[in-house]
Amino acid sequence: MSAKIVARSAEKRFQTRAGWMTALRDFDLEVAEGEFLCLVGPSGCGKSTFLRILAGLDHATGGEVRINPGPDPRQPLANVVFQEYAVFPWKTVLHNVAFGLEMRGVGRKEREATAQRWIDKVALTRFVDYYPAQLSGGMKQRVSIARALANDPQVLLMDEPLGALDAQTRAVLQEELLQLWEESRKTVLYVTHSIDEAVFLGDRVVVMTAHPGTVKTVIDVELPRPRDLSVMATPEFAALTGAVWDALRDEVRRAMAEQA
Amino acid sequence: MPGSARGAGGPAATAWGLPLAVLLATLAAGFAFGLWATAWWALLAIGFVCVVLLAQELESRLALRWRGPFQRGLALGFPLSLLLIWELLAGAGILNPRWFPPPSQIAVALWELTVTFDRFNRSSLLGRPWLLPQVVSEQGWAGAQALVRESHVWATLSRVLGGFLIGAFPGVLIGMVMGLNRTVRMMLDATMSAIYVLPKIAIFPILMLVFPNPFGEGPKIAVVAISAFFLVAISTMAGVQGIDKVYLEAGRNFGASRWQMFRHVILPGALPIVFSGLRLALGTALIVIVAVEFVRADRGVGFLIYYYWQVLVTPRMYAALVVVMALGVGLTALLQWVERRVMPWRRN
Ligand SMILES: Nc1ncnc2c1ncn2[C@@H]1O[C@H](COP(=O)(O)OP(=O)(O)O)[C@@H](O)[C@H]1O
Ligand SMILES: [Mg+2]
Repeated sequence: MSAKIVARSAEKRFQTRAGWMTALRDFDLEVAEGEFLCLVGPSGCGKSTFLRILAGLDHATGGEVRINPGPDPRQPLANVVFQEYAVFPWKTVLHNVAFGLEMRGVGRKEREATAQRWIDKVALTRFVDYYPAQLSGGMKQRVSIARALANDPQVLLMDEPLGALDAQTRAVLQEELLQLWEESRKTVLYVTHSIDEAVFLGDRVVVMTAHPGTVKTVIDVELPRPRDLSVMATPEFAALTGAVWDALRDEVRRAMAEQA
Repeated sequence: MPGSARGAGGPAATAWGLPLAVLLATLAAGFAFGLWATAWWALLAIGFVCVVLLAQELESRLALRWRGPFQRGLALGFPLSLLLIWELLAGAGILNPRWFPPPSQIAVALWELTVTFDRFNRSSLLGRPWLLPQVVSEQGWAGAQALVRESHVWATLSRVLGGFLIGAFPGVLIGMVMGLNRTVRMMLDATMSAIYVLPKIAIFPILMLVFPNPFGEGPKIAVVAISAFFLVAISTMAGVQGIDKVYLEAGRNFGASRWQMFRHVILPGALPIVFSGLRLALGTALIVIVAVEFVRADRGVGFLIYYYWQVLVTPRMYAALVVVMALGVGLTALLQWVERRVMPWRRN
């Protein structure tokens, strides 16, 4: 399949008071159309930086980072599933989910119908007219997911979207997320600090080095789809998480040593 | 809550008895040794602590469903008993009634102020609204206007509201621009902060010179407007700058244009702080107008306070103070109502 996301010798440097700081260097990555790719790495290695560049919120200072556009020029390139606190507190669930469509000038009737469909899919039907302050963390995260999906982007970007949730809510949302993805098979770039989550969700897991971030290893996850949480109990799953952890351990140590 | 689990009997009696005994002893000692004159503050402090302990003890004995009403009762009962004590003390001559007239006299004065027309000053407190039907039928619209013009409350209210609105709207506007544009912020911030700390009443003389009629409404409304403007501008700026970056990034990622960004992210994001600025500005507006009316006005509640102080009719002076309090409470409630309309997501 063709590459949807391409990064070639990508470099990102930040100017700080202490001088230039390199967050990404020689970063090479290709994500295939329809692939679910998980990105793990020690904290501070540049995962968020890469994702922000893809989201159009920042620019690479060297090399190349691009998303190959699809045939329909009106379809947005990439939308982010932000962490749950990034849903707009001043908009109801309906207007949060319809936000992207509204920004693109989709008429009221149509965008609210679309939003309603996605709200039903993430099981928030009863809460369409609620404000985020009236929802739990897990429900707000569902709003954030629906907000991105309702906009129907070519690529879905997620930066530790479930990081702030408790373990049970998280497990439930991981499954729901996979179900939603099975329906559309969009290209997904998913940043997480949980190895289990990365292996459970991804087609491939990319392990990054400590900063400056480059790709250290790519691990293919050949677990059958559709998956549910029971896959976590299989020896194949254990072997894969073991392999990811082997690649990651030294990098985490290095990152911690640098911070100390 | 201590005592809530205790049954009747010995320890419970102490929980009642001790504060009650101390309270009575304090009061008795106060009168017996003439301590009220010198150590009144200590007596008040001890007395207050005892009353609090007694109230807590009483609450702990109530069934759960009575505790809510009890607490609301405290909120109302405590000030009422203060008024009662004031009444008794003034009646007994312990408080000098010339300076601290009993609440009953203040209430009577408030009634008198409301119903009487001051012939000398050609004014009344509310503008005698009960005359409205008759006056309108006899003199038409002009008569109604004359009634409005004689009202002290209307004079103060129109200055406060007029000045507040004239100041707040441009304040929000400039504050938004300062929050959004770094260059404008750099240019204005230092100046604004300097003027912000200046007590605006100090520029009243200048404003009198600026207006063709120095004794008219112009300078009075202007000084309120200026006070409101700076408060609102500075808090609006802070509100815009304080918006969490994550909302701006969400807006950008979903392709919001500049106007959409403003309308859907920046404006609603800044509103809570804008409104806290508006609340501050409204309170300040009331302070400023009362001060202005002290010095330079023949209408207005501030004028009443000062006038009745000068002629030593203190009950009426207190009555006017009560009116200022009522205006403050009413205006704040009005603003809160607007706030709930404009920011429905902040309910509870
Ligand atoms: N705007 C910025 N200015 C300066 N340094 C930054 C900025 N954003 C990120 N960094 C630095 O770049 C590095 C990578 O950050 P980030 O991509 O957030 O890491 P991760 O998401 O992998 O934890 C970190 O060392 C961080 O301090
Ligand atoms: Mg990060």
